[in-house]
Amino acid sequence: MLHIVACIKQVPDTKVIKMNPKTNTMDRSSAPAILNPYDAHAVEEAVRLKKRYGGTVSVLTMGPPPAVKAIKKCIEIGADEGYMITDRAFAGADTLATSYALTKALEKISAIKPIDLIICGKMTIDGDTGQVGPGIARRLDIPPLTSVKKVVEINRERGYALIHRKLEDGYEVVQSALPCLLSVEKEINEVPYSPLPNMIRAARYQPTIWSVDDLEGVDRSQLGLKGSPTIVAKVWPPEKPKGGEMLEGEPAEQVARLMDILLAKRELFRVKGVER
Amino acid sequence: MAEKFDVIVVGAGPAGTSCAYTLAKAGVNVLLLERGEYPGSKNVMGGVLYRKMMEDIIPGFYKEAPVERPIVEQRFMMLDKESALTFSYKGLEWGREPYNNFTVLRAKFDQWFADQAVRQGALLVNETVVLECIVEDGRVVGVRTDRPDGDVYADVVVLADGVNSLLAKSLGFHKEFRPDEVALAVMEVLKLDKKTIEDRFNLEADQGCTIEIFGDATKGILGTAWLYTNKDSLNIGVGTMLSGLIKHKLKPYELLEYVKQHPLIRPYIQGSEQQEYLAHLIPEGGYRSMPKIVGSGVLVVGDAAQLVNAIHREGSNMAMTSGVLAAEAILAAKEAGDFSEKALDSYRVNLMNSFVGQDLQKYKDATHHFEKFPHYFEEYIPLLTRAASQMFTVDGSSKWDKQKKIWRDLGSPGKKFKIARDIYNAWKVMK
Repeated sequence: MLHIVACIKQVPDTKVIKMNPKTNTMDRSSAPAILNPYDAHAVEEAVRLKKRYGGTVSVLTMGPPPAVKAIKKCIEIGADEGYMITDRAFAGADTLATSYALTKALEKISAIKPIDLIICGKMTIDGDTGQVGPGIARRLDIPPLTSVKKVVEINRERGYALIHRKLEDGYEVVQSALPCLLSVEKEINEVPYSPLPNMIRAARYQPTIWSVDDLEGVDRSQLGLKGSPTIVAKVWPPEKPKGGEMLEGEPAEQVARLMDILLAKRELFRVKGVER
Repeated sequence: MAEKFDVIVVGAGPAGTSCAYTLAKAGVNVLLLERGEYPGSKNVMGGVLYRKMMEDIIPGFYKEAPVERPIVEQRFMMLDKESALTFSYKGLEWGREPYNNFTVLRAKFDQWFADQAVRQGALLVNETVVLECIVEDGRVVGVRTDRPDGDVYADVVVLADGVNSLLAKSLGFHKEFRPDEVALAVMEVLKLDKKTIEDRFNLEADQGCTIEIFGDATKGILGTAWLYTNKDSLNIGVGTMLSGLIKHKLKPYELLEYVKQHPLIRPYIQGSEQQEYLAHLIPEGGYRSMPKIVGSGVLVVGDAAQLVNAIHREGSNMAMTSGVLAAEAILAAKEAGDFSEKALDSYRVNLMNSFVGQDLQKYKDATHHFEKFPHYFEEYIPLLTRAASQMFTVDGSSKWDKQKKIWRDLGSPGKKFKIARDIYNAWKVMK
């Protein structure tokens, strides 16, 4: 029976978030908090593997108390258990400190029930770094497999995972020892509309909550702001592309003009099977 | 095996949440189903929440709930093209406990209210649409949702699914509502600096004002426009009977744009920034449009039961009271172990004896009367503003002459008789 842990995060919905024009930072209060979309795919993949091989899916998150909502979302998707570490000591963590705290929590979960596989989303939509997953793998000294777009097989008896990694032009087939850590692409699966019994279970569910004192042998100097060597020197919005040509007139005229331009610049396009 | 609850409440608006809260507090196992992403995400009202009925459920709620401003002034504006006759009551007693009413933003308030029901033990499931009631042997025994494995059962199902309740309709409790039984309201939330709001509406910090606007705001169609103050935004909206919009071939957002551009309204909202646009139907058919509200294993509450007093812009308070009365009837039925129509009928009896039923009966003909005779709005409001202009313009003619002129302007003796008759008729439907 597999024990799969998905590491997840509650993030502000960056599709609707407003930026502070002075500091160029996100105004987190301006957007609703959601489960990081990549993480939903991570949990879904874990649930699919559980259905295929049998076992348990746990989810783990670090965050402020309202992040319980993100865990409940994972229960809706089909996770069995949820763990949350929450404490002021964790606040202000960069990816290094975050991966340290999560690793400590994973060690504790592993003591309850040994972990065979860890699945993370490719990255969070608020940080966009994709570093926490590999950071956890490094600390646990297990193989990190990034950009996973398909899980072909998990063989617990023989102790390996067979997966496809997304490359720029094609994919790579990798076999790795278990336990290992996967960080997954969105295309790995589609998260379906959750069944009603899961929704009801999620509404009732209360996750296990740990503070820093619950994590054995934790080195406090590696947590939160203190444990975060990252310095954000400057933040600026992406520059808007300049120049270009605006077409005017009736839609039909605009289309005709656009076609002329595109035909004149056909070297920009690679069209399969068309000889010129 | 599908799960069974004591009660399923469909819809987490004021009626449904009041019902679920009351039941959960009494220890009943209740499932509250909401189709929106969260309670309030799909709910719309002008913005006034009455204190009394809410406080009957949660005493002192305003100390914690996200309310915007307590209302200390209510203005009523009879609007013509470029004039208005305004009547207002301002009372500072409304600005302190126990308060009269508050402006609220539903997206925030409904969420808070549903959270309180959850704290009492109600189970809230969002983003789930109820497709139909499950009926066995003529008795409602559960609901079918749009989710996989989506059936769930209960002793009683409470339909709080809002105006045009499709669930009550599919049970045969009512027919499709006619365009003269529902109003269409459109509304915008306009962001405006707190201080500017207080200056423009002559308010102290954390006091609020409401303006109801009749007449030209709806281009003479039966309905009202409104302008309410929130903390740092305004609610501006207009609601008219659907039949009027159809008859005059008007689009609701055009009407709202007309209100916003009106020279007497524009100064209030100048410099504000549009934050939200909302639209919703309001059941305004009143007493005569009320559907059957009790069946075997099922009760109908709130908008779904057409519980709106259009004349006094009351609805959410009636919804709350209906939710509580439904809960009480269910508790009594549970005690007796009988969920038949007869056992649950105490809900209907108590509702009709409460202020909800009484007020609906009082105004049972009002909306229909004004709907039928649009000249109240089209003709009499301009008549009033013209008379006021005549009387208060100092132009050297004597006040006696002015009164004579106003009297002459009312028209021929036949016309005057018609006005007198209309005033009598209006009094009759409102008394």
